[in-house]
Amino acid sequence: MIVSQQKPIDEILKMLEGEKSVFVVGCNGCAEVCETGGEKACVELKQKLEASGIKVAGCTVVDFMCNKLLDSLKILRHKKKIDSADSILALTCGIGVQAIASVIDKYVHPANNTIYLGGFQGLWPSIEKCAECGDCVLDLTGGICPVINCSKSLLNGPCGGTKNSKCEIDKELDCGWEKIYNRLKKLNRLENFQKLVKLRDYSKMFPSAELRNTGFYDIEKE
Amino acid sequence: MRLTELFSKKFVVTSEIGPPKGWQIEKCLQEAEHLKGKVDAINVTDNQSSVMRFGSLATCHFLKDRGIEPVYQVVCRDRNRIALQSDILSAAAFGIENLLLLTGDHTKLGDHPQAKPVFDLDSVSLIYAVKKLEEGQDLAGNKLESEPPKFSIGAVVSPCSDPVEPQLIKMEKKVKAGAQFFQTQAVYETDKFVKFMEKAKQFGVPVMAGIVVLKSVGMARYMNENVAGVYVPDNLIEELKKDKEKTKSGQTGIEIAAKLIKELKPYCQGVHIMPLGWDDKVPKIIELAGLS
Ligand code: SF4
Ligand code: SF4
Repeated sequence: MIVSQQKPIDEILKMLEGEKSVFVVGCNGCAEVCETGGEKACVELKQKLEASGIKVAGCTVVDFMCNKLLDSLKILRHKKKIDSADSILALTCGIGVQAIASVIDKYVHPANNTIYLGGFQGLWPSIEKCAECGDCVLDLTGGICPVINCSKSLLNGPCGGTKNSKCEIDKELDCGWEKIYNRLKKLNRLENFQKLVKLRDYSKMFPSAELRNTGFYDIEKE
Repeated sequence: MRLTELFSKKFVVTSEIGPPKGWQIEKCLQEAEHLKGKVDAINVTDNQSSVMRFGSLATCHFLKDRGIEPVYQVVCRDRNRIALQSDILSAAAFGIENLLLLTGDHTKLGDHPQAKPVFDLDSVSLIYAVKKLEEGQDLAGNKLESEPPKFSIGAVVSPCSDPVEPQLIKMEKKVKAGAQFFQTQAVYETDKFVKFMEKAKQFGVPVMAGIVVLKSVGMARYMNENVAGVYVPDNLIEELKKDKEKTKSGQTGIEIAAKLIKELKPYCQGVHIMPLGWDDKVPKIIELAGLS
């Protein structure tokens, strides 16, 4: 069970600055249980977005957004509407965002922060990982997680250690920041890389009692 | 004396020393004495290559005592933001005025690969933290007591990287965060450096080209294989091969370094010479490059 929490609406609106329309995709897996994915959350967020003048070109849910096959099938079905939107807003965990970003050349914004692997081991059928940092930065990095993909978890760009696209610690390991750079360049979002100095807030890694309170957690306590 | 005050007056020359693996620092300080009066300041590396050594801050303090201007290198690998800010305040009290702020190599590359790689901050956020200290606040926004410290804030960039665009973007980010001068990774390809400077000029901060003295053909080949953003072209390797005795004595390395400096000088505001233990050769390089 991967526990997530919706980002404050102001932060979501800030990510969408300069965009006119989004396509909303929610996850029906763990995020549905946390009420940060699933239909209910999608509809509520859709209303908030529209109230702020952002057009929602379409909305759908995927059973498990960490499953790229399911993501691809849903994308195909909604292709026209997705093409017409400026970007995708994903109501899912960090893995779900990365999974959908990896199967479409469209900018994907994360609507949630991923906080905690509570109660049950997270099972996902893809290589994307999330370190539950509690303050998702995928919006700045084009849907590739720097906490996981950069050996130093750098948030402000690559170190000087990249050689032949590989990381300084291992000649077989792709440099996460070079991947991020290539993706931002491809989607014309290099300015994201330029945005303010990003400081990691480690206090967000410690979930509140309320967030730890999943069904599984309660069963285990007894 | 702050390096930033010098750039408008002269072509600035710095070199560097690495503290020993042990506490007896005298030999290292004597190496620095070779350079006294010949260079404007001396960088002191911070557990360079992730190898545990005598501290950079203490070495800088000793240099200051001997009338040598230090540049205190600080990496983000070993300390969290609390310790980093604390050490930088300590540096201010020792009269250390020049900082070089880096992310640092990964712990896996050094002699304690088992250590926890900290990287709580990175080069950009560390620069930002120092800027905040200069404004009288810590990173969490708490007020400092009494006068805030004042430094010349240095940073690094790798001008011969491929691709170079991420380096330029990060350089701009460092400037915006508060970096006031740059020292670069080793440069052997002058054409690449010139192209880099065409783009970097717009940031309006002085850049000191990095010069690493070539000791042998093996070293050049090793760097080409393993060191990021560094490529020693074939013609320089040929030069090292030509006269084995001359190369062994260091003369070839000195000549190549001096030639590079002459070629790079019109395009930058200073050079940073990294002798990697060959400190005694630095005065000759400076002389041959016409900088003395
Ligand atoms: S930035 Fe990475 S670790 Fe943090 S929540 Fe997003 S995917 Fe997870
Ligand atoms: S080389 Fe790339 S992946 Fe490795 S630590 Fe540096 S930026 Fe991160």
